[in-house]
Amino acid sequence: MALTREQLAQRVAQEFRDGYYVNLGIGIPTLAANYIPDDIQVMLQSENGLLGTGPFPYEDEVDADLINAGKQTVTMLPGASIFNSADSFGMIRGGHVDLTVLGAFEVDCHGNIASYMIPGKLIKGMGGAMDLVAGADNIIVVMTHASKHGASKLLAECTLPLTGKHCIKRVLTDLALLEIDEGRFILRERAPGVSVEEIASLTAGELEIPDDVREMVL
Amino acid sequence: MSGLDKVVGSYEEAMAGLKDNMTLIAGGFGLCGIPENLINEIKRKGTTGLTVVSNNCGTDDYGLGVLLVDRQIKKIVASYVGENKRFEQQMMNGELEVELTPQGTLAEKMRAGGAGIPAFYTATGYGTPVGEGKEVREFNGRPYILEQAIQGDFAIGKAWKADRYGNLVFRRTARNFNPMAITAGKIAVVEVEEIVDVGELDPDDIHLPGIYVNRLIQGNFEKNIEQRTVRAR
Repeated sequence: MALTREQLAQRVAQEFRDGYYVNLGIGIPTLAANYIPDDIQVMLQSENGLLGTGPFPYEDEVDADLINAGKQTVTMLPGASIFNSADSFGMIRGGHVDLTVLGAFEVDCHGNIASYMIPGKLIKGMGGAMDLVAGADNIIVVMTHASKHGASKLLAECTLPLTGKHCIKRVLTDLALLEIDEGRFILRERAPGVSVEEIASLTAGELEIPDDVREMVL
Repeated sequence: MSGLDKVVGSYEEAMAGLKDNMTLIAGGFGLCGIPENLINEIKRKGTTGLTVVSNNCGTDDYGLGVLLVDRQIKKIVASYVGENKRFEQQMMNGELEVELTPQGTLAEKMRAGGAGIPAFYTATGYGTPVGEGKEVREFNGRPYILEQAIQGDFAIGKAWKADRYGNLVFRRTARNFNPMAITAGKIAVVEVEEIVDVGELDPDDIHLPGIYVNRLIQGNFEKNIEQRTVRAR
C-alpha cells in the first residue's frame, strides 16, 4: 500500500537527530513535527523568522503576529527566538540548518528539483524553496511517486522550470525512499506491501535496485 | 522645527510625495506585519503604475491585493503569489508584470539596498529561470549568480512600538521583511501600534534605529489572519 500523508510524516521524522535544527516545508513536511521522537530535541525553523516553532495555538492563544511560513497561526516553545527575513535566510544559505524537508512536482536522477510553477497553469512562486535547496546539504524531498494517472514524477530530466540544480540527494515518496547519486536513483526502502517491480515501473529516471532493499518500518 | 521627531499627523501626510510610476518597497509576510493603513492610503490616493517590491501581494481583500482592484500596480517583485485570484488573472492577461524572486534573495536585495551594497553573489537560483541572463562566477568550485540590490522611492513598514525619533521595536513574526524594507526606501514611512516618549525604549531593545525612518504614524490595525489554525483543548 502506498504511504498515507501521516505515514510519510512518520517516515520523515525518523530522519530527525538529537540537536537538529530543521526547516519543514508547507504540507506533509509540516506534519512531521507531530512525530518527533520523545527522546530527542529538535528545533523547528520557520523561514519567516522563527526558531522554536510550537504547535497550533488554542483558540484563546491565537496571535495574528505569530505565524509559520505557511501563514498558519502557531505558538512558540520555550527557547524560541525571533529574527528578520534577512537573518533567517542567512541561517539557511549559510548552511546552519541541519535538515530541510520540502515538497516537489518533479525530481530527476541528476538531483534537479522543480516545485514552484507549471507554465500556463499554476504560478505560485518559489517562496523560500530556492534558497533552502541551495543552502542546505541535508535535504529530503517528500512527494507522490507518480501522478493520479500513473505518470512518473521521478524523471530522467525535469520538464518544469527548476527550483534548484544538482542539489537533491534523497527523495521520499508514497512508495519508496530513494537516494540520488551519479545520475541515477538508488532504491533504499520500499513502502510496506509495495513491490520493487511496481516502484520500478513508476520510476522514469534510471533506477538502481540493490540486493538489500528493505521494507520501511513505521 | 521637528528635529528628530518623525511623527506625522495624518496618513495623507505620511504618503505625501508618492507619485505614479514610483517604486514602492513594502514589509510584511502574507498579511502578517503589513502596513495596512499605509496601503489603504495608497489605494485612496489612486497612485498608479507602481512597481511594488514585497514578499507577497496580499489577498484579494487585504494588504497589497487591494491595489490590484483599480490596477494601481504595474509590476511586482515577490517570492510567493499563491493566494490571490485577481493577481493571477492580471498576470495571465499580461496586465501585471511579475518578477518572481527567491525569498532569501529578496530579503538580501532589500538589505543590500539599504546598506549601500550594489550587488551580491548567491548560489540561490543558479541553473533555474531566476539565474537566466545573470552573471555567474565560481567561488571555491561552486557557481553563484550576481543579484542586484533594490532601493525604493518609498518604503512602507509596520512595527509594534516606536518612540518619536522612529526607533522601532517589532513583535513576533510581524518583524519579517520590515526592517530591511524600511532601510531600502529613500523615504521610509512606518506605522506602529504605539508611540512612546523618547527615552522610554531601552536602547538595547531597539530592533531598528530611527536613522532609517523618515515618517512615523500611529494607527489602528485589523490584523487579518490568512490561515487560522488552532488545536482543541
